[in-house]
Amino acid sequence: MEYWSAFFVGGLICGGAQLLIDYKFSQIQVVIGLVLVGVVLGALGVYDWLVDIAGMGALLPMSGFGYWLIKGVIATTEQNVIAAGANVFRLVGVEIVAMIVLSFFTALICKPKG
Amino acid sequence: MRLRDNYRQAVKKFQPKPSYVANSLKAFFIGGGLSVVAEVLRAQFRVNLPSLAAEQAVLLLFIGAAVVLTAIGVYDEFSQFAGAGSTMLITWFANSLTSAALEHRSEGVVSGIAGHMFKVGGAALVYGIVAAYLFGLVYFMR
Repeated sequence: MEYWSAFFVGGLICGGAQLLIDYKFSQIQVVIGLVLVGVVLGALGVYDWLVDIAGMGALLPMSGFGYWLIKGVIATTEQNVIAAGANVFRLVGVEIVAMIVLSFFTALICKPKG
Repeated sequence: MRLRDNYRQAVKKFQPKPSYVANSLKAFFIGGGLSVVAEVLRAQFRVNLPSLAAEQAVLLLFIGAAVVLTAIGVYDEFSQFAGAGSTMLITWFANSLTSAALEHRSEGVVSGIAGHMFKVGGAALVYGIVAAYLFGLVYFMR
């Protein structure tokens, strides 16, 4: 059952984004919009519910990235200006570090194709 | 402004019409299929790891796969075929960093790779961090 909800939530996000791209917007605008939607819904508490029912179907799209940015800030015990700045990367830091390190060594080793 | 509108109308006749339904269905099935794969992987990791660590491990696997596929040149063709089914996922972020770094490799290690790495992906990062910080402060004041 959770696989079906993951399939439909992940698929609906991607299908709707494809409609927006075909209609008017460019790809980078839609990605940024998706991240902002994840941040806003995460602050309102809607995205917690979506992750509960869909699991990775809600975390794998870029809105899950925005959701983890805001969740790192608000799901802590100390809530002040300095802690907010320190906790932005608390959950997504591992992904960003992995991406930077992997792409650096990939660019060192490989030659570009095409 | 009038010049721009005129240009748009003149160009519109020669542009091919995008096939909305076919593209969306392709994106729907590929995005949904990748989500199911991620969910299966999470169920496997969940045996030994706590919930958050399992989710992070699945995302790290997807990032690693995207970087390797970009390095061997397969990701571009897959992304062309899948459309938003691959570009709306976290793999887009890994692919944008790696492809920008690879593209500017010839300009040197410092100003080429390190300087141009966030050329495309940095936009999502900037808007995400600014929005998360501001909304976090608003959330604290509520």
